[in-house]
Amino acid sequence: MVVRHDADASKALLEQVNQALNSGTKLRIQGGNSKAFLGRKVEGEVLDTRVHCGIVSYDPTELVITARAGTPLVDLQAALDEAGQMLTCEPPHFAEDATVGGMLAAGLSGPRRPWSGAVRDLVLGTRVITGFGKHLRFGGEVMKNVAGYDVSRLMAGSLGCLGLVTEVSLKVLPKPRECVSLRFEVDVETALKNLAEWGQQPIPISAASYHDNALHLRLEGGEGSVASARERLSCELLDGDYWQQLNEHQLHFFRSETPLWRISVPNNTGVLALPGEQLIDWGGAQRWLKSDSDAQTIRRIVSEAGGHATCFTPGACDSPMPPLSAPLQRYHRQLKAQLDPQGIFNPGRMYPEV
Amino acid sequence: MSIVYDERVDGVLPKVDKAALLSELQARLPDLDVLHTEEDLKPYECDGLSMYRTTPMMVVLPEHIGQVETLLKICHQRQVPVVARGAGTGLSGGALPLEQGILLVMARFNKILEIDPAGRFARVQPGVRNLAISQAAAPYELYYAPDPSSQIACSIGGNVAENAGGVHCLKYGLTVHNLLKVEILTVEGERMTLGSDALDSPGFDLLALFTGSEGMLGIVTEVTVKLLPKPQVAKVLLASFDSVEKAGRAVGDIIAAGIIPGGLEMMDNLAIRAAEDFIHAGYPVDAEAILLCELDGVEADVHADCERVRQVLEAAGATEVRLARDEAERVRFWAGRKNAFPAVGRISPDYYCMDGTIPRRELPGVLKGIADFSEEYGLRVANVFHAGDGNMHPLILFDANQPGELERAEALGGKILELCVKVGGSITGEHGVGREKINQMCSQFNSDELTLFHAVKAAFDPSGLLNPGKNIPTLHRCAEFGSMHVHHGQLPFPELERF
Ligand SMILES: Cc1cc2nc3c(=O)[nH]c(=O)nc-3n(C[C@H](O)[C@H](O)[C@H](O)COP(=O)(O)OP(=O)(O)OC[C@H]3O[C@@H](n4cnc5c(N)ncnc54)[C@H](O)[C@@H]3O)c2cc1C
Repeated sequence: MVVRHDADASKALLEQVNQALNSGTKLRIQGGNSKAFLGRKVEGEVLDTRVHCGIVSYDPTELVITARAGTPLVDLQAALDEAGQMLTCEPPHFAEDATVGGMLAAGLSGPRRPWSGAVRDLVLGTRVITGFGKHLRFGGEVMKNVAGYDVSRLMAGSLGCLGLVTEVSLKVLPKPRECVSLRFEVDVETALKNLAEWGQQPIPISAASYHDNALHLRLEGGEGSVASARERLSCELLDGDYWQQLNEHQLHFFRSETPLWRISVPNNTGVLALPGEQLIDWGGAQRWLKSDSDAQTIRRIVSEAGGHATCFTPGACDSPMPPLSAPLQRYHRQLKAQLDPQGIFNPGRMYPEV
Repeated sequence: MSIVYDERVDGVLPKVDKAALLSELQARLPDLDVLHTEEDLKPYECDGLSMYRTTPMMVVLPEHIGQVETLLKICHQRQVPVVARGAGTGLSGGALPLEQGILLVMARFNKILEIDPAGRFARVQPGVRNLAISQAAAPYELYYAPDPSSQIACSIGGNVAENAGGVHCLKYGLTVHNLLKVEILTVEGERMTLGSDALDSPGFDLLALFTGSEGMLGIVTEVTVKLLPKPQVAKVLLASFDSVEKAGRAVGDIIAAGIIPGGLEMMDNLAIRAAEDFIHAGYPVDAEAILLCELDGVEADVHADCERVRQVLEAAGATEVRLARDEAERVRFWAGRKNAFPAVGRISPDYYCMDGTIPRRELPGVLKGIADFSEEYGLRVANVFHAGDGNMHPLILFDANQPGELERAEALGGKILELCVKVGGSITGEHGVGREKINQMCSQFNSDELTLFHAVKAAFDPSGLLNPGKNIPTLHRCAEFGSMHVHHGQLPFPELERF
């Protein structure tokens, strides 16, 4: 299919949703399909967001960019790059044609997440086609806005189960002036202990991972702070491309047939005795696990540590998303029933009942 | 003098049998402090927006969560509306009580439950004051970033309910960016955890949805916030300008230079003079506008950024740029800004604080518009502005004892908010809609958008018992409001029948 890089197809999308509502057709919302592995399998007519693309507005001094859902993420990032700005959450692409809408719906964030926030933290506003067949606007392009409920942030990470996001406004920030990556050969206990200590000090860390017997650290900030931190932590330099390879799952660790799990835990969690091989990211708050163990075993250990586990390998687990408590489950159902009463948007993608 | 609101268009509230409710509360919750006599109820008539007053039917002051749980169950069963209240500093009437409802005061939940320096979080009860968290974290060189000007008094539960901001928001985010986990009691009195001790949690982002929901979706019973390491140094530059437009442009120039200041605030001449009279901060009283620009972080960076910002400010036409010489002067510069509201309170019998946000580039036009309205309505307006993130606080000066002035102040305020919406902004950046801006919601959102908000509410509180009549207007209210305010020759709700 030919992708045009600036096209307002909102009318066509609205029509497709209204037809689906009239005929009771389920819709499978799809951008670049780069995150198809996430969540449960959805049966339904494909709604391709890529027809609706292009940057709607971008004024670097306002620190806001607005783009249509089908805009290729690389295009958005290229525009920011040109103005010396960035999406601080470093969303992973996982394929060349990843879209802005997919980034929002998946809600995945990269190595900078613990220090600069997640996708949801950047969301300022959205346009959404709802389960009532209306094209609505929530939030906007201003930094602060508490009028009404925060429907826009709710859309982040909702896997398209609450409505079709057609446009999103995101807060952007200037790129740091200086960036240095380091590598330390240490054991994992020492690495986690150091991270807990450094986390309480004003050291400009913007990424920290551990695997293959080494702690990897990225320092970002002004020239002065980065230079002084680097001096203090003297050790070998690391190629800065490493972080992208980590983020895009291109490191050797990720080249494997074994099911992959994403584990999210409190940032001061120690070494987790999980069956399988691990890679620690987010300064300790995110762990990647390659394991053939069953979901129950993994989830029991992880929830004892106060965290939750998501399966990233399609088909490896019946319930890839972490289970919800009983009251949360009930309110998820009720929210879905209120916002998408006919259940046409990605039914069952997140949980069977939503 | 007070504003009497038209309740009719928000739907009829259930009639509550006060005596029967009181005896059930006393029987089932003998330890619970319940206020129900006229004189005891008086202090709870209003929150920080004192023009709006209602005497609650009853006030309860629980001390443990079990009491709140039982209370909510009783209220749910009897269909009694419940309005939560933290410290009552809200500026939009969000905690305005109901004659037919219970005011649930959470202020006695004032314990800091846990400070974990290695995990960089604090777990606190909802009545804990914002500043108390940073004070408790201070021995570990950590702090809680969002710092509303009311931070010595406002509660963290109220901050969550309003998504409160502060002068350091552009760099460090709002309340929503600094929360890990919130414990909720639902309208049915069921416990539910939103967020988690990790950085994210499974399912929909209900933590984000509840933040800023003004006590309409659930009662906050515990809050876990992120703590940050204290910046090594903070420096403040004070720049004077001979026009507000120039000051406004300078803000954009600083950001265009790739600098995100810790705080970036603007005040106009009227606000400068009021603050200077009150605090003696050392402000230049002849300036048309000042900018306060705080740079914080590691010493070497801050030093370099101060130089960069100074150059930007001078290039933007600042008549004077002063760097606070020492910590005492820095604190004084901020004290002037943080006390701007009470300072204005000293030069006028009453003032009315607005909270609109706009894209920064619209600032000159909006300030001009405000000046025109000010003249039209014959009331002075002082401007205090979170310039970095486009959040304006025009303060309308009036005297409630002069017949008609309150109404004029309200009407002028409404005009300002509508102007904010027109240029792509919002009617409220941090103070919330509450009761106050309920009509202006009809300018910002169309009927389909409001309907969706009602659907969100219905998912969590189908019978509408939590804080009814706030935040989201009924479509009938908008139809009535719209019939008075015609935009572009068209009523905002043409599809609704008029009455
Ligand atoms: C001088 C002054 C300066 C201010 N400056 C700022 C500022 O810089 N930034 C800013 O954001 N705000 C500011 N405010 C407004 C106000 O302080 C904030 O909105 C604050 O968050 C309110 O907290 P509170 O505890 O007083 O809440 P209240 O006023 O008691 O309640 C506010 C809302 O929260 C709800 N609520 C309270 N507690 C709970 C709970 N436990 N569970 C559920 N709902 C609850 C209430 O129902 C109500 O809707 C200022 C106010 C004043 C008077």
